[in-house]
Amino acid sequence: MCLAVPGRVVRVSVVDGTPMAEVDFGGVRKDVCLQYVPDAAPGEYLIVHVGFAIQRLDEESARRTLDEFTRLGLLEEEFGEVP
Amino acid sequence: MKYLDEFSDPDLARSLLRQIHAATTRPWALMEVCGGQTHSIIRHGIDQLLPEGVEMIHGPGCPVCVTPLSVIDKALAIAARPGVIFCSFGDMLRVPGSGRDLFEVRGAGADVRVVYSPLDALGIARDNPDREVVFFGIGFETTAPANALTVHQARRLGIRNFSLLVSHVLVPPAISAIMESPRCRVQGFLAAGHVCSVMGTSEYPSLSQKYGVPIVVTGFEPLDVLEGIRQAIVQLEQGRHETRNAYPRAVPETGNPVARQMLADVFEVTDRAWRGIGTIPGSGWRLTERYRDFDAEHRFDVTGVHAAESALCRSGEVLQGLIKPHECAAFGRVCTPRQPLGATMVSSEGACAAYYTYRRVAG
Ligand code: SF4
Repeated sequence: MCLAVPGRVVRVSVVDGTPMAEVDFGGVRKDVCLQYVPDAAPGEYLIVHVGFAIQRLDEESARRTLDEFTRLGLLEEEFGEVP
Repeated sequence: MKYLDEFSDPDLARSLLRQIHAATTRPWALMEVCGGQTHSIIRHGIDQLLPEGVEMIHGPGCPVCVTPLSVIDKALAIAARPGVIFCSFGDMLRVPGSGRDLFEVRGAGADVRVVYSPLDALGIARDNPDREVVFFGIGFETTAPANALTVHQARRLGIRNFSLLVSHVLVPPAISAIMESPRCRVQGFLAAGHVCSVMGTSEYPSLSQKYGVPIVVTGFEPLDVLEGIRQAIVQLEQGRHETRNAYPRAVPETGNPVARQMLADVFEVTDRAWRGIGTIPGSGWRLTERYRDFDAEHRFDVTGVHAAESALCRSGEVLQGLIKPHECAAFGRVCTPRQPLGATMVSSEGACAAYYTYRRVAG
């Protein structure tokens, strides 16, 4: 749970009055709460921790980090099946 | 330099290492605060690439590791109640309490569920109005905004069968506690980048000043860690002790003001016990009076719970950088990631687990 992972906003919506987004993490898609980065738009990259965006990130650093995490198998650790 | 080819940009790694070696004239002890940084350092062998005498001390920045035993025991007691659905991040399930862990409680029939986000737990509460749903709210300043919004949301939507077992901890008071220990050897800090993504950097310059230590806000990819180490050593060699931001792509000086506002509304500072370390004044958050209804400790009477720590486990000393994991007699013998005695062996970010996984028995 420690990991904060960069992901790309696919689409945004409002659920129960809260801004939400579908975010793509190197192929894995998750629902992410946008309350703390409310004006994020599709195509932008965000740093996401436990289902919440905490900051924006530029595309190049985001891609670099995602490549690194994929290589190390960390994405699976973060999103994969847990006990 | 056998590990260098594993870096995402080996040339940049080589150049940073050259600069670190060129700058270093004497031994230094640096602490990386964040468990993600510890993992990165051990996994990439960064500590073994550093100049002779430059030592990385592993800090207390693993939320799973520092959650106090008494809170784990409260979690176990609440999870075992009939009618409760207990939700948690997956890595808390194997953290040993005084007797058993959440995994075993689940095996004995309790409804313990792993969620990715606290909002998932709130969804479970909404879908099960006749059950009490409790979320295990642990973590540092990075995780707290998620839990803050979730209770805020529960109140706004009128979801009454949801509560939070809160055990949030804060980094700056931990830095003070480490520096004030008479056995402290730390001369500089790599601060936890994503904590600062939320909180900003304003709390650190006064700590740098007061304790005469450089604090470099650092990310947790290997190249980020190397850059953090480089900046800390350059300062130490020049006799400076300032707070610097080596992770500006993710850390604006003000952090995330929207999240900080929510945190200020939902949480207030409290003393908090750290597993293996003891109580650090003002080092945690609890729900404010306005949100007391959503506090699981108020909703369930868990005052009778008594904690008993393993007599063998030295994770408190590991967490404060006083010993290395392999100096614990239980390490790798009676204590392994499959059969952990202490929290620092349970979580993959824990220093004991990192040493075990990467077969570090020395240095
Ligand atoms: S090796 Fe196990 S028993 Fe020893 S300090 Fe680490 S967690 Fe505790």
